[in-house]
Amino acid sequence: MALEAKNIYFRYNQKQPWILENRTLKIDRGERLAVFAPSGYGKTTLAMLLAGYLKPIKGQILLDDKPLPGKGICPVQLIYQHPEKAINPRWRLKRVLEESGGVREDVMDAFGIERAWLDRFSRELSGGELQRFCVARALMSGADYLICDEISTMLDAITQAQIWNVVLKEAARRNMGIIAVTHNKYLAQRIATRTIDLSNT
Amino acid sequence: MKKINRRTKVVILTIIMTIILIAVYALGVLIPEDAVTGSFLNAKEPPSLEHLFGTDALGRDLLMRTLKGLAVSMTIGIAASALSAVIAVFVGISAAVGSKWVDAFINWLIDIVMSVPHTILVILISFATGRGWKGLLIGITATHWCSLARLIRGEVLQLRSRQYVAVSRKLGKSSGWILVHHLLPHLAPQFFVGLILMFPHAILHEASVSFLGFGLMPEQPAIGIILSESMRYIGAGMWWPAVLPGLTLVLIVLLVDRLGGHLQMIMEPYSAQE
Repeated sequence: MALEAKNIYFRYNQKQPWILENRTLKIDRGERLAVFAPSGYGKTTLAMLLAGYLKPIKGQILLDDKPLPGKGICPVQLIYQHPEKAINPRWRLKRVLEESGGVREDVMDAFGIERAWLDRFSRELSGGELQRFCVARALMSGADYLICDEISTMLDAITQAQIWNVVLKEAARRNMGIIAVTHNKYLAQRIATRTIDLSNT
Repeated sequence: MKKINRRTKVVILTIIMTIILIAVYALGVLIPEDAVTGSFLNAKEPPSLEHLFGTDALGRDLLMRTLKGLAVSMTIGIAASALSAVIAVFVGISAAVGSKWVDAFINWLIDIVMSVPHTILVILISFATGRGWKGLLIGITATHWCSLARLIRGEVLQLRSRQYVAVSRKLGKSSGWILVHHLLPHLAPQFFVGLILMFPHAILHEASVSFLGFGLMPEQPAIGIILSESMRYIGAGMWWPAVLPGLTLVLIVLLVDRLGGHLQMIMEPYSAQE
């Protein structure tokens, strides 16, 4: 039971140098991996490759030794750095939760989502408030692996702790694998069971 | 008194405009035929209380004719712009979603249609398909979908690369579900505003082609017909058959144009708080 990247190569077009070169990475269920690197080392690209948003030029992304499914609910869910881009601006936020399986009271309480927010549009909430919806959406889809691409960068310390607590608790309960892409060394130490640094491997 | 916020004001204005337009249309349809049959006894009368718009060379009341003409023009305008907006959405989406050669073919077609002046194309198509309202409808529909189709193609291409569409796909939603729930709601304002802004074009083309004699038949009381008849008498000092129906047409066109602008304001979530 593992999500792995096998010798993947990736670049956005032919003229550019490789962003990821012969990168291999493996994470088991129940494990929490922090990916750590300065800007421009392909953290987000790696996150998108692992979640199937991009296809590697060479190499494979394997989930339990099979390629990622192309259809249906993907067992690997990615949470983006910018929640305002990942939510349809024409939707009231209730629909964002409904898109991945319904409005659940316990999840809303856990993330501190106020009931009044459900009837608002995304531009009427702040980035931190929106990110709670994105995390809740990803968790409720029933994913086995969660890839968090700097999901708490825009949050204050209290909210950051609140969100990560819920994610970690849910991950432990469902034995999920977590990949956290982050700039923050202390956060990485706090949440991860293992850390890799893209800049020196 | 409670202060009305701007959004409510715009909604109220929009409703009033819609009611006016519907009223003009209903009046035109409901006016009986006798109201537009005149007698030569009171031909060529300037505007008076009895005949607000005066009478034409055959003694018919011009206000009645104008209203009836507006109803005819509006029917053709609405039908033609609705049809071409629907065509535009289909063509635009299939260009954006379809394979490369579909896209290339549609762009080529749009270029060709747009490279010929509209009026000439409408005249040709209308004439070839037997004139009358059918010819005009086909002519206007066939020439007006291009720019909206191009707009919608661009919009869909942009929407398809949005993160929330990618997320939706990863949450297991099908392309059809995404089209209905993510793409079409974004296209709705484009569609309605495009449709309403196309309406003045359609109605003016109808009037001008009828004016030139390639559209509706002279016995049909369209605005274009009234205007083209008025040209024969304007040299003799009869200004009212040209000015008053013409002004009414301009007013209606302006009203529809404003209506389009207001609808845009209401439908954009970015102005929800104003």
